[in-house]
Order: sequence, then C-alpha cells, then structure tokens
Amino acid sequence: MGEPRKDDLTGRETMGHEFDGIEELNTPMPRWWLITFYLTVIWGIGYTIAFPAWPMISGATAGLLGYSTRGEVTQDIASHEAANANLVEDLNAVNLAAFDPQSDLHRYAVARGASVFRAQCSQCHGSGAAGAKGYPNLLDNDWLWGGSLEEVAHSVRHGIRNETDDDAHWSQMPAFGEIREATEIDTLVSFLPTLPDADWDSPGGALFADNCASCHGDAGLGDRSQGAPNLADAIWLYGGDPDSLTQTITYSRFGVMPAWGQRLTEVDVRAVSTYVHSLGGGE
Amino acid sequence: MADALKLTALGLVALIAAYAADQGNDIAFRVHGFIILLVAAGLFIWTLRGTDEPRPSVAMGDYMDGPVRAGVIATAFWGMAGLAVGTLIAFQLAFPALNFEWAQPFGNFGRLRPLHTSAVIFAFGGNALIASSIYIVQRTSRTRLFGGNLVWFVFWGYQLFIVLAATGYLLGATQSKEYAEPEWYVDIWLTIIWVAYLVVFLGTIINRRERHIYVANWFFLAFIITVAMLHVVNNLAVPVSIWGSKSVQLFAGVQDAMTQWWYGHNAVGFFLTAGFLGMMYYYVPKQANRPVYSYKLSIVHFWALIFLYIWAGPHHLHYTALPDWASTLGMVFSVILWMPSWAGMMNGLMTLNGAWDKIRTDPIIRFLVASLAFYGMATFEGPMMSIRAVNSLSHYTDWTVGHVHSGALGWNGMIIFAMIYFLTPRLWNRGAMYSTAAMNWHFWLAMIGIVLYAASMWVTGIMEGLMWREVDDQGFLVNSFADTVSAKFPMYVVRGLGGVLYLAGAGIMCWNMWMTIRGYARVNQPVSQMTPPAGETSAPAATPAE
Repeated sequence: MGEPRKDDLTGRETMGHEFDGIEELNTPMPRWWLITFYLTVIWGIGYTIAFPAWPMISGATAGLLGYSTRGEVTQDIASHEAANANLVEDLNAVNLAAFDPQSDLHRYAVARGASVFRAQCSQCHGSGAAGAKGYPNLLDNDWLWGGSLEEVAHSVRHGIRNETDDDAHWSQMPAFGEIREATEIDTLVSFLPTLPDADWDSPGGALFADNCASCHGDAGLGDRSQGAPNLADAIWLYGGDPDSLTQTITYSRFGVMPAWGQRLTEVDVRAVSTYVHSLGGGE
Repeated sequence: MADALKLTALGLVALIAAYAADQGNDIAFRVHGFIILLVAAGLFIWTLRGTDEPRPSVAMGDYMDGPVRAGVIATAFWGMAGLAVGTLIAFQLAFPALNFEWAQPFGNFGRLRPLHTSAVIFAFGGNALIASSIYIVQRTSRTRLFGGNLVWFVFWGYQLFIVLAATGYLLGATQSKEYAEPEWYVDIWLTIIWVAYLVVFLGTIINRRERHIYVANWFFLAFIITVAMLHVVNNLAVPVSIWGSKSVQLFAGVQDAMTQWWYGHNAVGFFLTAGFLGMMYYYVPKQANRPVYSYKLSIVHFWALIFLYIWAGPHHLHYTALPDWASTLGMVFSVILWMPSWAGMMNGLMTLNGAWDKIRTDPIIRFLVASLAFYGMATFEGPMMSIRAVNSLSHYTDWTVGHVHSGALGWNGMIIFAMIYFLTPRLWNRGAMYSTAAMNWHFWLAMIGIVLYAASMWVTGIMEGLMWREVDDQGFLVNSFADTVSAKFPMYVVRGLGGVLYLAGAGIMCWNMWMTIRGYARVNQPVSQMTPPAGETSAPAATPAE
C-alpha cells in the first residue's frame, strides 16, 4: 500500500493501491454515463408502473396501460376477423360445385387458402405445391381421388388412409412380392413403361391383365374411385425407374394424409381446397 | 497412508466404472464408464509406482505456473476443436448434404451443435478463465496458489468433464437444456471440480499479501460463485437409473423454461462477461502499462452488473407461456444493464489514455481494443433486443445467432487471443512471441471473419423476421417457412466463410505458440534498422561517368 501519486499524463491522482504493477486512478465517474444510468433506472420504474411487472402475493401488478401480450394478439386477430366476417360467412355458405372463379369471394378463398397451405400443407407438398417423392404434385391434373373442387375438399377434410376419420379415402395395393415370383415382377417392371401403347400379348401384358387391371383398369389408366393411379401417364408418385417400380410392386405403398377437417375450421378447409383447385389442375 | 487411501479410492472408482462400462443401460453411459475406468486405472498404476518415492521439493515462494501453462495449451487445443466444429456445422446449415449418411447419427447437426457451443464456451472459454484467474490471482495477491496440487485436480478434472460432455453429446446423452446438456453424473462431477476451484481461488485471496483485493479478482470470484449456483439449480434432476445416463428434470413446463434461461442468460452474464472482465482488468492495464482509468467506476459497475444481470433471463422468453410481469421485469433489468456493461468497456478503453499509439505497434493491444469494442457493441445490442417490440422481430431468427457471435468471436475470442499472446512468452520465459507478423495476420483474419459472420447474420436474421411476420391486407401469411429458409442460403455461405477465416487465424496462432514454446528465435527488427545482407550494401547511386 503506497501513497497516492499524481499521474502525469492525465493529471489524476492514483488510489495508492498497486497490484503487480497495476495502479488505479481516482477518476470520478463520467457525468454523461451517470446521468444515462439514472435515466434508464427512472425509465425502468416508469415502465414497470405502466406495464404488468411486480409480483404480489396473489398475482402481479397489471400496469396502468392494461397491456397484455395475449390481449394484443387477441385484438389483432379479432380485428382481422371482424373485417373478414362477411366473407367468411359467404364462403361457408357457398356451393362448392358452383363456385364462380371470377367472384371476389373466390379470390378471397384463394388468398386465405394460400396462407393455410403455407402453414399446414407445404411441409409435405412443398411451398410451391409441386410435391415430392410420395407426396403428390398438386399443380398438375393427375388426381388420385378426383380433381373437382368438391372432391379436393373431401380429400382435405377427411384425409387419406388415416385411422381418425371414418370417411377417409381408403384403399391398399397388395404387396405382390408375397404373391408373385421376382422374375414375374421384373417382367411387369419392364412392361409398365411401355404403356399406353403396350404389346398386350407379351408375358408382361398377360401378367398385367391378371394382377393389375382389376384396379388400374384394362388399359392401365387408373381408377379414381379407389385411388388407383393412372400408370400410362408417365407420372410416378414413388418414382418410375426400375428400382422404384420393383420396390413399389414388391412391397406396395401406403401414403397417409391427416383429416384436416379435424384440425382446421370449415372455412379454412374450404379456402385451402379452393386454393389447391385453383393451382392449375382443378377440374 | 495417504497413498493407501488414494489407491483404495482409485481402485473402487475403477471397479465401479468397469461395472458401468459392462452393464450400463445405454451406449453413452458404457463409453463413459470405460473412459473413467481408463483414467482411474491409469492413476492407480501411476500412484502405485510413485509410492515411497521421494517427493520433489517445491519452492513455496514461487508462483505456481505449471497449471497456467497447461491451461494455455488446453485453451488453444479446445479453441481449435470448437471453432472447427462450428465451421463444419455452419456449412451443414448451408449444405445439408454435409450431414453425411455414413456419419449418422454421430455427425448430425443436432449432435454437433451442442458439441460446438460447449467446446467454445466451456472448453475454450472455461480453460482461458481458469488459466487466467489462477495466473492473475497469484500476482495481484502476491502469494502462491492455495491448496498445493488441488489446482491440478481442478485442471485435469475439468478436462475430464469436457471429454465426458463432448462424447456424451455425440453418443446421444443430453438433457436437452441449452448450454446445460450434460447428463446428471457429468453435472455432479463438474460440481465437485467447481467447488475445488472455488477453494483454490478463495484460499489464495484469503492468503493475499495486499491489503485490498484487486478488481479483477472481484469479477473472478463473482463468476465462480454464481456459476456454481446456476449450475446446481438448473441441473436439479432425478436419474432414471444410476446405471444409465437418462434423468428427469425436477422442474417442468414454464418453470423449467424460466430456470433454464435464468441459467442460460447468466452463463453469458457471469461466465462470458464477469469472468472475462476479470481478464480484461489485468491484461489491459498490464499490456498498456497504464493505471486503470477509474477505481470508482469499477466499484459501481461491478455491483450494478452483479445485481442486475441475474434478473435479465426472462427476456429469452418474451411472447411465450411466461407471465407478462416476468417478461417485463426481464426486459427492464436488461435495459438498465446497458450502462453498467458499458462502464466495463470504458474502464478498459480509457485506460489506454496516453498509450493509444500502441494500437499501431502492439498486436496484443489491438486484440484487446477490438475485444472491448465488440463488448460495447454486443452490450448495446443485447438490451435493445430484449425490448419486447424488437424481440418480436428478432427472436428465433439468425439475428440472435449474429448477436451471440459478435460477442463470442469479438469480445471473448479476441481477449482470449490477447491472453495467449500475453502469457505464452512469459510462461515459457521467451522474450516475445516468435512472429509478430503472424499475430497481425491472425488479427486481420479474425476481424474479417467476425465482420462476415455478424453482417451476414444481421441481414439474414432481419430478413427472416420480416418474412415470417409478413401478412397481406386481409391478415394472411405471405411466406411459408421453407421460403425463408431458401432465401437465407447465400448468407449461410458467407457465414461459413467467416468461420473459415476465424479458424485460419486461430491456426496461425497455434503455429506461433508452437514456435515460441519450442524456443525458436526470430529477428523481428523494423525494416529500417535491418543490416543488408553482405554483397548488397547500399552504395550511393553511382554517379554517371564523366
């Protein structure tokens, strides 16, 4: 412990402490710093009076402004809902079979549906709705279960092959690996890409007629009533290369979609169906 | 007698670990049992061979610098590991194919990310803090470290903790709490180490031969005590079985979230701020050879910082199930924290009054000034982001990631590099670092790296925040989540490049350390004073023949 000395460069006194050669100056706290610090404290006190802040014995102070984050969101949603109330009512009432694509209501449904789609559907079908392996492309007109607005709405509302909705679309292709020889499956795999102008007298044609035609149709054009895909249009949900086709025929596939009627409001089901219907393939 | 006790204890630990290695319920626990078995058996043999050997006498008057040397090397080693993993996962986010199929599940982003954060915070930062604190406390207290070899237990025990934590993450043992991922038995081990660390540090302060306690030591002590409290409370859990790594948290729901972020924010506040301010309060005045700017300011900002930081955690939970009152208080305390944080920066920067010219010539001063500048930026940005309205834009976006990294790479990283350049020549009795040019290269690589990192994350963070909240006139969402992900791609590449530069700088530092420690000498004269090689003596320009 030494005596305070004057630091020549700054003109300040030192504290007289010295630690491993380090001294400390007796500089007062900068005025602007102290004032800013006090101001933030004063602001803090004011803020905690205005907003919910101090915990008491049963509950916390509510604040003079009556603010709550939940209230803010509720108000925000309510204001949009009030603005859209008439349109929602109309959309719930509209006959989907005769929905005029030129109407304002249709434009509203598409905008609303696009928003629902981005939040709920894009995870599987892609944000551009172009699908992915196992998840149908919704931009084309190759519909598994029907492409009219009502049929699309049915698929959205009840879903596909789920356990939660009795009205869900349901069908299942057998796993032909358990029924047919691997060589026969190979024959079918080389036959399928030749559709629709196939040689029906070939061994592949005979196998097709015996095993596939009952669901996919005599010409392989599919059957929407049971979700059997069209095999002659070169669109393959699980891939059209020989390996994928062998996999599909041997083990079958089982694509599932949730029943969105159980998760979304009626107006959102209608809106998102309208949106999907409007993407290009709607019938 | 002492050896007999030690051997018995080590033998018991080895036996239990062998049982755990064989019978553990999950892979992480079995591997950890095996690691502990190796360590305990190794120590057993080592102790056995040393029994009845004469102990080398220790000069008790000297400072104990062996653990500091080990700590400096460990800091550089874990720094390289942590930065390398960070760079890898940055590119994994830009190019998901780098989550290689053959490396699953160990090389998955989800397992590598906690490996990166723990490696840089607790291994890189933690070793720097331990090494610095025990170096500084001895010198500023003018006494040898308390507790004899206990500090070696702290050092090696801490390395074992790091190894157990890191391998645990890779093998899938995690309690899923950010920055507190290690499972229960690793937490217990860290608690033991930490108490030993406190004993060593506090004992040295009590033994001090200075009347006052130097400000750096206040900060180190606050760091050690508060981290102990945070660690214990946040990790309260009940193991499912003592032969398995899985445990169940004591708190649930929003209470758990609040405890976690009380811990998480103060890991920043006390580990990465208070502890590092302790480093700053030694290295800055020492390297600048100037008195600390204001003693009064250091007292006021120390107590303000310690008091305010502990309440700021709820700002991590704005707009969640956390009640509004807690969220308001977290925000208010965070904003009031602004000035006390800046006081640390001012006390550092203003200490350079009269020594500012050194910034041109002394790379260590340059690292320290950059570090303080980033500290100032991050401690302004932090309070701003804690404001509810700002947070509604910034939360969950890359802005947070950019904020954390401007603090971590800028403030923590740069001061650790300064520490390494300060300590290495002193600890190994070399005149200076082997290459000054390499230090300058390191500085600029690190600076450009930070700028690329922070700038890209600001841009992408604010962009994604705006895209998430964008709604049309009727209140409908405009973008899907995947739209925001694909929009961020270019910035993710820039961020990865920033990481490459920062890592390259640290690599140069390791080379420089190696050359310095090995004792290679190098002439670092200014060009103007160099004697030209023989045969090239600069003669006055020949006058044309007449």
